[in-house]
Amino acid sequence: MEKRLITLNVNGIDYELYINPKTLLVEAIRDHIGLTGTKRGCDTVSCGACTVMIDDMSVKSCSILAVQAEGKKITTVEGLEKNGELSPIQKAFLDNGSYQCGFCTPGMLMSASAFLKENEGKDVTEEEIREGIEGNICRCTGYNSIVRAIESVVKGNYKEG
Amino acid sequence: MIHDFHYLKPGTLKEALAMYAEHEDCKVICGGQSLLIVMRQGMIAPENLLDIKHLNELNYIKFDEKDGLRLGATTTHRAIEKSEVIKKYYPALVAMENKLASIQVRNWGTIGGNLAHADPAGDPAPLLIALKANIKVGSAKGERVMPLDEFFVDYFEIAMEKGELVLEVHVPVTQPKTGIAYQKFNYLTNDMGIVGVAASVTLNGGNTCKDARVVLGNAGPTPRRSKKAEEFLIGKALNDDVFAEAGKIASEDCEPVADIHASEDFRRHVIGVLTKRMLKKAFEEAQGK
Repeated sequence: MEKRLITLNVNGIDYELYINPKTLLVEAIRDHIGLTGTKRGCDTVSCGACTVMIDDMSVKSCSILAVQAEGKKITTVEGLEKNGELSPIQKAFLDNGSYQCGFCTPGMLMSASAFLKENEGKDVTEEEIREGIEGNICRCTGYNSIVRAIESVVKGNYKEG
Repeated sequence: MIHDFHYLKPGTLKEALAMYAEHEDCKVICGGQSLLIVMRQGMIAPENLLDIKHLNELNYIKFDEKDGLRLGATTTHRAIEKSEVIKKYYPALVAMENKLASIQVRNWGTIGGNLAHADPAGDPAPLLIALKANIKVGSAKGERVMPLDEFFVDYFEIAMEKGELVLEVHVPVTQPKTGIAYQKFNYLTNDMGIVGVAASVTLNGGNTCKDARVVLGNAGPTPRRSKKAEEFLIGKALNDDVFAEAGKIASEDCEPVADIHASEDFRRHVIGVLTKRMLKKAFEEAQGK
């Protein structure tokens, strides 16, 4: 079996991995690095539970080879907090009860974070927020509480750090 | 489970073409948003995998008012969706991309990969064919360009020789008095289309049709033009009755198959309806120009 030595930068830390090139990014993050916040759901680019950010863009880590993410800045849900303090979107999810079972939450937080980053300082509509999380399925909440949480961050109800 | 493969990571396009020529049983991965799914299902298990995702030489959007639009193969869907120049000159492309899969897929998936994968339900191909796009492919031996509607041969099969990669999509300047529209039909907005129809209408002053294209998605093994509907439209004074008749012709001039999503009859019905609506939409846009 072929193996390659690669370096993945996850949440600002370089991890050296010796892996089979067929290893998916989600497998590298969960099984090799040990960050299990990122979830493995459908495995077919449908559900969004495995969403992470690569260079601040949301992507589905179940359908990217880990070797393809080399040299890029990967952010997982564990990387959202700063100095032990939850990020604004995480606080807003708590306050708005934006989860029930919690399985979609890490992916949802990553899509929401990418959306907020992309639209920083802009006025966004509810429709745009809903489009921003189009790639993430939640089977519990009916999305309304998630949309409310994102909306409250957009409105500036939560400050960084 | 994905079978083991030998991973090839070229540094440049030239190196990629050399590697591709050298290796037997080699598949190309770019964004991999479709490829990795079929690899995981074990439907394909190549011995070698050539990764071109990082080749920035092929990552570009160029526009010139005389030459039109050129999209490098590794340009992401999201880059197309967010491009100001495409929004201005080819708004239908932006609208199509906006409904393609999800943001995450568009952030990583590429236009070259989408076309090379040749899924008959893919969104970009019908619209690009309606826009009279050409595709440039190349190997270590040289490059060639063909109209995109000659590129698709069969289910997931394309007109490429061994060792050839998709390099670029070229969309010519749209003729004056032309409208373009694309819509797919599905149950969730961003799913793949159960069927899709792209239409372009060029008017000859007044309401007479000078040129038209009707391109059907997921209505057969490949994205396909309904040349019968196009021939019917050209030279006609356009109105709702003509659009309805063209829809009827298109619905008979295709080979949709039944699957878990829809029966053949239902697909034909929707093709007729969408053809009528897209022609009308393209016609109204052309009138406004």
